Amino acid sequence: MSKPIIEVRDLRKIYHVGEVDVHALRGVNLTVEAGELLCVVGPSGSGKSTLFHILGGLTPPTSGQVLIDGRDLSRLSDAERTELRKRMVGFVFQKYNLLPTLSAADNIAIARYIAGKSLAEDPKFREVLELLGIGHRLNHKPRALSGGEQQRVAIARAIVNHPAILLADEPTGNLDSKNSGAVLGVLRDLNERLGQTVLMITHDLNVAAYGHRIVHMLDGQIV
Amino acid sequence: MVNKLVIENLKFRPVRTALSVIAIGLEVTMMLTIVGLSEGMLADSQQRARGVGADIIIRPPGSSALSLSSAPLPQKLVDWVEQQPHVSMAVGAITHPVSGLTLMTGIDLERFTRMSGGFRYQAGNPPRQPNEILVDTYYARQNKLRVGSIVNLWNRGWRVSGIIEQGKLARLVMPLPVLQDLSGNTGKISQIFAKVDDPENIEDVIADLKSKLVGYPIYSTEEFVSLFAVDKVPGLREFIVVIIGLSVAVGFLVVFLSMYTAVLERTREIGILKALGASPVFVLDILFRETLVLAFFGSALGIGFSYGTRWLIMTLVPASLSQLIVPGWWPIAGAIALAGALLGAAYPGWRAARQDPIEALSYE
Repeated sequence: MSKPIIEVRDLRKIYHVGEVDVHALRGVNLTVEAGELLCVVGPSGSGKSTLFHILGGLTPPTSGQVLIDGRDLSRLSDAERTELRKRMVGFVFQKYNLLPTLSAADNIAIARYIAGKSLAEDPKFREVLELLGIGHRLNHKPRALSGGEQQRVAIARAIVNHPAILLADEPTGNLDSKNSGAVLGVLRDLNERLGQTVLMITHDLNVAAYGHRIVHMLDGQIV
Repeated sequence: MVNKLVIENLKFRPVRTALSVIAIGLEVTMMLTIVGLSEGMLADSQQRARGVGADIIIRPPGSSALSLSSAPLPQKLVDWVEQQPHVSMAVGAITHPVSGLTLMTGIDLERFTRMSGGFRYQAGNPPRQPNEILVDTYYARQNKLRVGSIVNLWNRGWRVSGIIEQGKLARLVMPLPVLQDLSGNTGKISQIFAKVDDPENIEDVIADLKSKLVGYPIYSTEEFVSLFAVDKVPGLREFIVVIIGLSVAVGFLVVFLSMYTAVLERTREIGILKALGASPVFVLDILFRETLVLAFFGSALGIGFSYGTRWLIMTLVPASLSQLIVPGWWPIAGAIALAGALLGAAYPGWRAARQDPIEALSYE
């Protein structure tokens, strides 16, 4: 059994909306092993997106412990969480979130640039692009790409810095069934061939079936 | 990579980018035009003062170096000045406005010719009839005048008897008595030009005249010419500063609005960059670089526009205002425009830099 890459202990997150405290996470405990493809399933408002944001270093937890590859996120400052996002975490969003002014290649390159890495072409990564099936579409801007292609570019951008974990939030939410299948196939390939740890959030049990393991969330807790 | 993003961002909204560049261009044009006009008018006045060929200029008490709108000096004073020690010659002149900033000089042409060598005639002769005037080459060109043309001034037709080279006195010249009568100043003049027997004696003559003509501004020509400077003209520097301030305000507001809308429009993109690990400084850097590009092209456009305003002024108000192209002010105007633009980008940039990535990513 490989070592855990994510360890979450009694994680709580409270949002203050006006004068109301919203308990988005109520003591979540979760362990994800390196190389695992884990799916988090739950309805809207179950807290899965909040968990995604905390694991990605986009927001700090209110209390509890979050270890990613041994680093405790709950003790990190804003600047340290920014550093963490450069190298440890890759994001894939439902709406692709590519920069519309840049080509697919530049969308990938800017992630390397922000992480302070060389922009020289990496032959190994070229193979990954071929695996993703976007090698011939790199000079196009997002508006010239289909939804499926845009999502595969987003996946390429997410893994270009070899992050410890790839976080995918409803990655097929905006895709038709054919493109959904292609994107899920790519995520599974990345997991199987490269050993990439993937944590995927979805409300669709058919999508979740692609994972090695499924955890269910409800009302801010894993059930 | 950042520069590529900056350029692509600017290309992505070409109309907004073009409007921002034009607005900064207009800001720079305003600065260069007002400075060019100030310096042009002063340089023109300097050239005309030197062109007279006098050593000493005597002005009416209380008059400013830049303008003469009345003729309070008695003409007999010319003869008195000419009799003073070391003064070899004196000539009186009267100045009267024609329209706008265009002036007519009335002068004793025979004496003036002896003092300065006279006018250089491109065509024609000195006025021989009371209804004849001289115009300079610039005025003639702008108004398409030739010898024999009739110019309508003060509701009367005046025949152009000669066209003279510009750079001496006003652009229009007529005999002294004619202008004195016309302006109701018979026997009076606006200023006196005096020639000294030896340049070594200029200061002594001025001192002597000042002791006898108490309260009269009396200058050597060089001192008089030095008064045509931005710092020496009351209120001119302040006026320039106000115009520059207004133009900076225009640039600031335009860049502020442009960047503010850009930040709002790119909220989601800022969220993406932050999710990728971009720091607040990185986000701020992008906006400041975009501002830098806008200011650079705006300044270049403004310099080009300043040639356009010069052409426009020469076309619309011929032989009146004189605008210089002032290359020395190009970097100054550019730097002022850049400072205003960066100031305008500061608040939107600050907002962008502290944008919460989760809120930004959920922005529709």
